[in-house]
Amino acid sequence: MATTIESPRAPHTVRRSRGVNWEKWGWIYMRASGVVLLVLIFGHLFVNLLVGDGIKAIDFAFVGGKWSDPFWQVWDTLMLWLAMIHGGNGMRTIVNDYATKAVTRKVLLGAILVAVVAMIVLGTLVIYTFDPCPVGSPAELLPSFCATR
Amino acid sequence: MTLVADAPASGPAPEAPIEAFTVTLIIRRFDPDVDDEPRWQDFDVQMFATDRILDALHKIKWEQDGSLTFRRSCAHGICGSDAMRINGRNRLACKTLIKDLDITKPIYVEAIKGLPLEKDLIVDMEPFFASYREVQPFLQSATEPPKDKERIQSVADRARFDDTTKCILCAACTSSCPVFWTDGQYFGPAAIVNAHRFIFDSRDEAASTRLDILNDKEGVWRCRTTFNCTDACPRGIQVTQAIAEVKQAIMRGKP
Repeated sequence: MATTIESPRAPHTVRRSRGVNWEKWGWIYMRASGVVLLVLIFGHLFVNLLVGDGIKAIDFAFVGGKWSDPFWQVWDTLMLWLAMIHGGNGMRTIVNDYATKAVTRKVLLGAILVAVVAMIVLGTLVIYTFDPCPVGSPAELLPSFCATR
Repeated sequence: MTLVADAPASGPAPEAPIEAFTVTLIIRRFDPDVDDEPRWQDFDVQMFATDRILDALHKIKWEQDGSLTFRRSCAHGICGSDAMRINGRNRLACKTLIKDLDITKPIYVEAIKGLPLEKDLIVDMEPFFASYREVQPFLQSATEPPKDKERIQSVADRARFDDTTKCILCAACTSSCPVFWTDGQYFGPAAIVNAHRFIFDSRDEAASTRLDILNDKEGVWRCRTTFNCTDACPRGIQVTQAIAEVKQAIMRGKP
């Protein structure tokens, strides 16, 4: 009886008709977002860790102060969205490269999607609804610049 | 009449015998008539430092186990028949010298990955050639060449695609690509290299057709630039660079 070893690759199917070429736009997105992220991340690190008192200045008030400035709100939002989608797409391609079973692939891709969407939604919510001086909080828990203190 | 031995000739001193080494090869065997799955088998062979892995395989086949099966044709790095995975890297057995390997440890030899294994070191190359055919690797031109003349091309135009003309279709690059290992739709590096050879040929007129084929969802965009292919190529083709040039040509819409 002859043993046949099955082909290690997924079966070749007829190529689909053209629509939006997501794989191409994903590839372009990775390059474009990568360049922008370089500026955003190193700008973020420079401002947080090197300018002024450097790392010692970082506390609740520092973050609260940054997010009361629309410039840093937009900066952090951009960084969040670009980085999460960049990382998520990278994870997606790794799963596509190495997950051989269709079920494993679906589960992993689903988990990545859920994680990315959750992080983006939560992060964006925090950036724009963040209130360093919530009304009715005990004064000793509030940062020094709050009017109630 | 008897021959009398002459006095020792005053020629050069006899050369010291060339040192031979015992080399252990562990080969991934698979006989579809006997085995349920591939198994590793080790062989000890006496080799010189200047011998190649192909010589070791020959020695095993001729002196120890005639059932060992592998492909080889020219045995000099031109035909591209004997690409295999040697110590985890895709190499031509006929271009891999014993002296370039660490023979204090066994040398692992197995068939190239990503293609259906048929027997021992032989795989079914059909999926590889199928994707090669898909990129239309032949000159296409609607214009007639000058009467009784060849199509003239400048030295610079010829140099543009010189690197990718060196391909011998051994599949070392394609079967070193982690995307190709699992993705049945991906063309693989060799097909893209051979598309590159015609896309950037000034005499060819079907570049846009080929760019369209390679702009497929699973065309060049699945390339992860891991450089496995460039590392594997026995001809030293800058495979990853060729793929990147095709990507740029697609973005531009022309070569």
